[in-house]
Amino acid sequence: MDEIYRNLAIGLVLLIVLAPLGLLAVGETYGEWGSDEIKEKLGFVPQGLAGLSGIWNAPMPDYAFPGDEGNESMTLSAAAYILSAIIGVVACGGLMYFAGKKVTKD
Amino acid sequence: MMFNVPIPGGSTGHAVGGAIIGIVLGPWAAVIALSVALVLQAVMFGDGGITTIAANCFNMGVVIPFVGYYTYKFISGNTDITSSRRGIASAIAGWLSLSVAAGFAGFEFGIQPILHHDANGLPLYMPYPLSVTVPAMVFEHAFGFSILEALVTALIFAYIQRTDSSLLYGEKSEAQKNKIKNTAPVRG
Repeated sequence: MDEIYRNLAIGLVLLIVLAPLGLLAVGETYGEWGSDEIKEKLGFVPQGLAGLSGIWNAPMPDYAFPGDEGNESMTLSAAAYILSAIIGVVACGGLMYFAGKKVTKD
Repeated sequence: MMFNVPIPGGSTGHAVGGAIIGIVLGPWAAVIALSVALVLQAVMFGDGGITTIAANCFNMGVVIPFVGYYTYKFISGNTDITSSRRGIASAIAGWLSLSVAAGFAGFEFGIQPILHHDANGLPLYMPYPLSVTVPAMVFEHAFGFSILEALVTALIFAYIQRTDSSLLYGEKSEAQKNKIKNTAPVRG
């Protein structure tokens, strides 16, 4: 049983360390444009989108430290990416663990 | 998603990993696992977005694990859990599932300007029609990101196959159990 966890942990740590590789990519995914990007493309921001854009503010938008997204050094961005990955793993794992416990108990 | 990769043309995209999750956990458990991840990404990191959670969970959380798992199962047939045919099956499952999901997403983009526009015909959300969005999504995935997804899926599959194939969902089927019994060394 321990070996299973060790092998899976190796994979997980590897993925966390490699996460900042995503920073090398420039440009936005098709259809994932923000208001700024869509304004550049069309010359205007569609009304419905503009109305929805303030509905939620993520604590770490774009996997960066809040406040200065896009203006950070590469080292800081990489650190933020790794921190995001760790937060994601802990939140995801924790949520599944406790939900699983609750479900099996019921 | 987090691992963005560039393609020629200045756009980026990402793998999802939904096929391998479907293969390891089985498609139904994968729906839950992927949905939890997608909701967390939207809430914590503003990736995907609150208003698109349902669409994302359908495309990546339902379409991908089901297409992925059944493609893998269909190609694997009755081969041994450690056979290399299963590795190839997992790669094809990764490629096909992401390409199909991209087609769904492209379709959902493309019906936006038909469903949602103001009195002057200006789009309220997505501005591009089906004739633009479906080819854009399908082609950039089929010839780009899905190939990466196939490689990642096969890599993780081979790793699990080699380290502990009992983790794989398919291992729990009766046929596989019998096979293991029959091939297990007889102790006497």
